[in-house]
Amino acid sequence: MNTIKKILGFVWMIMSPAIILFLVYQAYVKIGAASEAAKANTILQWVIILLIFLPITIGFFIFGKYAAQNEYGDLPESSKEIMD
Amino acid sequence: MNASNPPSKIAFVIGASSVGTLIEWYDFYIFGMLATILSKQFFPADAGTAALLSTLAIFAAGFIVRPFGALVFGRLGDLIGRKHTFLLTLVIMGGSTFAIGLVPGYTTIGWLAPILVLILRLLQGLALGGEYGGAATYVAEHAPAGQRGFWTSWIQTTATLGLFLALGVIILIRSSQGVDQFSAEWGGWRYPFWISILLVGVSVLIRMRMSESPMFTKLKSEGKTSTNPLKESFGHKANFKMVLLALFGAVMGQGVVWYTGQFYAQSFIETVCKIEFVQSRNIMLIAILMATPCFVFFGWLSDKVGRKWIMLTGMLLAVITYRPIYKEFIHITDASKRSQLVDNKLTNYMTAIPIIDAVDKTKLYIKKQEDTFYTDGSIFKYTKTDTLFLKDSLYAARPLTLIFPSMIQYQSPKPFVQVEKTLGNAAFWKMIWLVFIQIVYVTMVYGPIAAFLVEMFPTKIRYTSMSLPYHIGNGVFGGLVPFLGTLIVEFTKTSANPAGDVLAGLWYPIGVATVCLVIGAIYLSNKMDENVMD
Repeated sequence: MNTIKKILGFVWMIMSPAIILFLVYQAYVKIGAASEAAKANTILQWVIILLIFLPITIGFFIFGKYAAQNEYGDLPESSKEIMD
Repeated sequence: MNASNPPSKIAFVIGASSVGTLIEWYDFYIFGMLATILSKQFFPADAGTAALLSTLAIFAAGFIVRPFGALVFGRLGDLIGRKHTFLLTLVIMGGSTFAIGLVPGYTTIGWLAPILVLILRLLQGLALGGEYGGAATYVAEHAPAGQRGFWTSWIQTTATLGLFLALGVIILIRSSQGVDQFSAEWGGWRYPFWISILLVGVSVLIRMRMSESPMFTKLKSEGKTSTNPLKESFGHKANFKMVLLALFGAVMGQGVVWYTGQFYAQSFIETVCKIEFVQSRNIMLIAILMATPCFVFFGWLSDKVGRKWIMLTGMLLAVITYRPIYKEFIHITDASKRSQLVDNKLTNYMTAIPIIDAVDKTKLYIKKQEDTFYTDGSIFKYTKTDTLFLKDSLYAARPLTLIFPSMIQYQSPKPFVQVEKTLGNAAFWKMIWLVFIQIVYVTMVYGPIAAFLVEMFPTKIRYTSMSLPYHIGNGVFGGLVPFLGTLIVEFTKTSANPAGDVLAGLWYPIGVATVCLVIGAIYLSNKMDENVMD
């Protein structure tokens, strides 16, 4: 099971930049396709989405990195293990 | 410890915490449910920048301010205590909701109206971000070991009951006043906001009688509370990795299942299936009412069999059945799948109403309404609008029967058709059943999650650590279900199929829930931490 956890860790690490690139591409396409009247609003929507998803995808990358390093091999069973 | 708490004390703790949380959800939902009226009153589309403020109010409140509120109030809750923090969030939420109901419309005070509403909406988002973690933590820290899932599940019912209360209050006022009076500048849409102050007042009084969480009190007396909860939650690898696991292995999937079952379903039956306003809300209300006890059931069950597999089973069922359920929605409301009452000519009528365009006086809209009755008791109302461009604006003032083809310069080739469907009894209950199934999934993923999150983190940084993943999972991943769902449907639109694939929007919740399911199944433990005192 630990091997699967580690291998999947690399999958999550690859997925996170792929997600943000996909979102940037979608933002570019949607802003380009928006009418002049709706352009400013569309830009604002996408800026908010990118701003909020950027740290989340970074978090997903770190999660993948921890998984690949087998940090989730044995989960802590008490708060002491977390706080030490 | 908590085992010594008599059931009556725990019941008071649950009741007092739940009422406040329910009211916070009610406050947050009424803004979303009245969005169409609010946008007309405060954010008129032709006022340019007002539309930008509207976007900020809708997007920023859920996606940015909620997680930010989780950090601000989570930190406060771990520093000064749970009781005072969630008392504060309640006051902020109630005050800003009441104030929204007092802001005059755009036509009266101009730009100040959307700016004030935006600020108040952001305050609502901030307060909501701080409320849930506090209430869940507070209840869990009072609950006896082995019953934490059961007791915290009462808190979990509040989000759904808040939706129920908001829907009920709006329908009641709208039905008693009529649509026009309800939608006027100082009309009935303001009452749900004003009612909030009474509800919050009562809840504040109840919460003031509550004592601080016993675990937090103990930590404080021993001088062991955190001095920097943010640093300890997210700066320490051992805890931060658990925050990430909670988000990607549980809350992210729970968020999309919740928002799909309760919000996307409502939007779908209203905008895609075209079910009439009151009936679509009745479908939601009945389904919610029927499914709500399942929160407590799955919370209780999670104490017996563990939290993990109940939540993941809910996600799995959602992933497998969402498309068939929504396909069935379309099937049930499809006109071609039912028989028309052709022999009942008296009940089948048409009316034509001409309306002159407010700006272009040569433009005439001709509205025809046709009601079609079906053998199963359903009534579908079609309003077809033809647009005529007349050669002279004087012709537009004539009765319709006196407008001759020679007076028409151009007629739009396709009429604009609006449909409003009222379903017969059997179809109505089928719709309720399909929504009910989705809300049962919600109860599976959401019922045990408070206990699950509480058990994951140490007491001294619990409020902060559990609030952030919760509000990212629900506010961002869940909150984006309607927007991204609509966006994905847009991708599928082609000239050959201008409506696109209306089921394509489901790929977003299905995709997120699948990833979460895989992560949860592989990385999460089903072990419950009985000791949450540490």
